[in-house]
Amino acid sequence: MELRPDVLLAILGMALVTYACRAGGYAVLRAVRPPPFVQALLRHLPGCLFVAYVTPPLLAGGAPVWAGAVVVVVVQIAVRNIGAAILAGVAVTWGLHAALGLGG
Amino acid sequence: MASLPLWVGMLPFGVVIGVLSAAKGLSFAETALMTSLVFAGSAQLVALELWADPAPVLAATIAALVVNLRMAPMGAALAPWLDRLRGWKLWGSLATLVDHSFAMAIAEQRAGGRDAGYLLGNGLGIWVSWVVTVMAGHLGGGLLQVPPGHPLFFAAIAAFLSILVPLWRGARVDALPWLVAGLVALAAHRAGWPVPLPLLLGTFAGAGLGAWIELRGRGAPGWKP
Repeated sequence: MELRPDVLLAILGMALVTYACRAGGYAVLRAVRPPPFVQALLRHLPGCLFVAYVTPPLLAGGAPVWAGAVVVVVVQIAVRNIGAAILAGVAVTWGLHAALGLGG
Repeated sequence: MASLPLWVGMLPFGVVIGVLSAAKGLSFAETALMTSLVFAGSAQLVALELWADPAPVLAATIAALVVNLRMAPMGAALAPWLDRLRGWKLWGSLATLVDHSFAMAIAEQRAGGRDAGYLLGNGLGIWVSWVVTVMAGHLGGGLLQVPPGHPLFFAAIAAFLSILVPLWRGARVDALPWLVAGLVALAAHRAGWPVPLPLLLGTFAGAGLGAWIELRGRGAPGWKP
């Protein structure tokens, strides 16, 4: 049961800001109406965040990753289930990776 | 329980986080603590991606803040329910708030539901199953010793791609902001800037542009959570 102080500190930092986002949103946004620009910014945040996250590794990934990405999006649109989309995408990426002799 | 089909769908997501935690050298206890206290899959995934030894305290905290800012408007949208709660039920409900329980609560609220406990019940159910799945992933990952660069880790990208699908509100609203977010993140990444800077810059460049276009296009819009 190893618990290193630096890891503990990082976890507490993450937990603190995460709870602040959850509870602070209710406590602050219901009392104070943020300026329209901030409201619009918050609406755009989730999509832009996930796009910014996936773009660099996607472009660096190569054919198996690109094929897997297409499969994930298609399966998600078709069955609307994150679990199914992830499994299908990983299966395709892993399969192509092995088929192309890249190991794994 | 209404959340049953939902947490079956979340299973692979939790397992991936567990496997990645093990691969990044987090102990069972550390993984359990992060999962139960932070309880935010996307934030955990992003933080684990930039994880190093010693732990990147500031980078992980900033990453969690950026990723979870999106939850702030959720609490405000649920205010009609939350206002009826007091004490631990109120702050506990907020602690278990995640994208899925929010989506279900909003649907229930729009259908005329008046039971504020619905949010806490669903949230707790998701929390328990989430912690169990991540820990199972950690045990499995520790046994299998999945090496870095293994195609299994495509699951992290896959998780975010599938989250993006329901977030798409049409080309007119999202195409340009998403394109800019991706390009800025890519440029910062290629320039060798440290994590989570590429994520941070890409996110705010895209969202800022989206907000600017929106306000310029139709004056000041109302608050639509």
